[in-house]
Amino acid sequence: MAPMTYRQALRDTLRAEMLRDENVFLLGEEIGLFEGSYKITEGLLKEFGPRRVRDTPIAEEGFVGAAIGAAMLGLRPVVEIMTINFSLLALDQIVNHAAKIYGMFGGQASVPMVIRTPGGGGQQLGATHSQNVELFYSFVPGLKVVAPSTPAEASAMLKAAIRDDDPVLFLENLALYNTKGELPAAVEDVEPAEIGRAAVTRPGTDITIIGYSRMARVAAEVAETLAAEGVSAEVVDLRSLRPLDRATIVESVRRTGCAVVAEDDWLTYGIGAEIAATIQEGAFDWLDAPVRRVAMAEVPLPYAKSLETAALPSADSLLTAVRDTLRATGRVLEKI
Amino acid sequence: MAETTKAAPAPSRRTRGTRTPRAKDAATPDAPEPNAPTPAADAETLVGYYRQMLLIRRFEERAARAYTEAKIGGYCHLNLGEEATVVGLMAALRPSDYLFTNYREHGYALAKGIGADRVMAELYGRSTGVSKGWGGSMHLFDAEARLLGGYGIVGGQVPLATGAALAVSYKGGDEVVMCHMGDGTAAIGAFHESLNIAALWDLPVVFVVINNGLGMGTTVENSAAEPELYRRGAAYRMESARVDGTNVVAVRDAARVAVERARSQSKPYLLETTSPRLKGHSVVDPARYRSKEEKEALKAADPLARMALELEEAGILSHEDRDALDAKVMAEVDAAAAFADESPAPDVSTLFDYTYATPVPGELRRLPADAVFGS
Repeated sequence: MAPMTYRQALRDTLRAEMLRDENVFLLGEEIGLFEGSYKITEGLLKEFGPRRVRDTPIAEEGFVGAAIGAAMLGLRPVVEIMTINFSLLALDQIVNHAAKIYGMFGGQASVPMVIRTPGGGGQQLGATHSQNVELFYSFVPGLKVVAPSTPAEASAMLKAAIRDDDPVLFLENLALYNTKGELPAAVEDVEPAEIGRAAVTRPGTDITIIGYSRMARVAAEVAETLAAEGVSAEVVDLRSLRPLDRATIVESVRRTGCAVVAEDDWLTYGIGAEIAATIQEGAFDWLDAPVRRVAMAEVPLPYAKSLETAALPSADSLLTAVRDTLRATGRVLEKI
Repeated sequence: MAETTKAAPAPSRRTRGTRTPRAKDAATPDAPEPNAPTPAADAETLVGYYRQMLLIRRFEERAARAYTEAKIGGYCHLNLGEEATVVGLMAALRPSDYLFTNYREHGYALAKGIGADRVMAELYGRSTGVSKGWGGSMHLFDAEARLLGGYGIVGGQVPLATGAALAVSYKGGDEVVMCHMGDGTAAIGAFHESLNIAALWDLPVVFVVINNGLGMGTTVENSAAEPELYRRGAAYRMESARVDGTNVVAVRDAARVAVERARSQSKPYLLETTSPRLKGHSVVDPARYRSKEEKEALKAADPLARMALELEEAGILSHEDRDALDAKVMAEVDAAAAFADESPAPDVSTLFDYTYATPVPGELRRLPADAVFGS
């Protein structure tokens, strides 16, 4: 298959799922006439009409809640929230309602909905438009949170999310939309992914680098650089933040004996904190060095490019942390 | 006609001197007038309504007792004073219509046709409860009766009900969604967002604000810049009306207008009922913020006592018949409490059954002291 962008994979998958199932419909701000702030829904209003591609007022709590209510009656809404920052306006509906309805009523109604939303900094959008708050949702039982890093994963995961009977927060990233990759098959034939499974995207023996979304791509890049230097890094792409595939993480670290977590969110209480805790509990006796975390600086992300670049995790910062960790193992490695 | 007029007196006369705001006619000039002289409701229907109201009253009194006996935990909000409103609203719905409520909803569950035993069992936290013991007093749900949840977060149900109406409209169904809420809800953002969306998208949803004059202890006048809450419909070009919530037939008829509009024209409606809250916000609230005069005036606003008197005066239900009915209702409530008491608590082995509808690998099923990785 010819390579396609992450954006195109999302768009084509949405279209394929809408063609497959009449109950799938889209709603969100500017997704119809405007064709999406990031053009993920390009052409879909024209093809499916306003019943199935529904522009909403700027009312995140209202339209996310409406999607939940529609899902309770068996529809499969796919909500677009323009960026994850705006999902905070719908926090009550997502956390107190979408996540609770199945359990709180003893399994009588499920909420088969998807919330697609991009996170990510690096676009000079300033403090309120550059956050990575996927942790808020990953914290909550009843929600599922997925964070695909490639076009192929995005397609397979979006299918899985739409067909799943639970509310799924589908995390995208502004920096990934233009990245390219091949799909394993024509979009309508892509097999849905299994939510809750991480993937070892690159096998290695010296160290495990764990990332998700954009940072899984950065981890792959860093592993490539290290390979040229003779270091064999294993890359684990989490793909699902809740449920978390602890077994894959721990098995990898038991093989390599050390790990670095790469995350785009803040470090304190972040996703990496949970990964590090998981590693110490599941691979304590195998560890040759403390687990390191590469994460955003603990500041509201500034606008100025110089400051923004300094605050964000990058290939360089990840490379530094990997080298430090390998040194800390005390292993005799000429290659470090 | 004379009899039914007696049975459903003009609201302004009866609510005078209480905290409950005076009932008003329809908000918009062209709206049908919900408080018009009561149309015929035959004696059997009226006695049926009275029986339902009585069941709610006795059920709630029993719940209050069970709460003080520590058989019911958490919060427990009662419909005492709201009986005529509950029964009137439910009488306007078809069994296929959907209902979303807030946390003050025991009576709604009963009037929507759910057995008192399964409702009481839920309050007791038993596996035989409507929500299998997972919800408690605030979170009653019954898919079959189409009660799609009591919700504990103020206003949380309003966007949900709007979305349910969207699903009905999407599927081309003829069901109506009714969304019940308290007066305090009219202040939150989700209320306004949802009314806007429902009007914008022509959704078959009836929003019902139960105005009992108090959000916990805060008066409507202290929380709403426009205390005539039904007027908020005008901001969304939504038909709206206020009705005396102590008059079961008036409530039913006002609700019928709203439900009919939703069903036949797929238009939302905002209905406000003025309904007294006879006791505190919840069972544990002694309502000290109410003056002695206010509490005294509340007695005159009791919809059950009034209806009993009216039915007696109209020669529909004698004192003796009423006592006999009360005994039957008491027996039903006693049986419900006994059923709840004898029902088993949910088994701990079911703790992880309802986190996800679609099972997924990696789900952590551990109790507090368990290690993340097994031994």
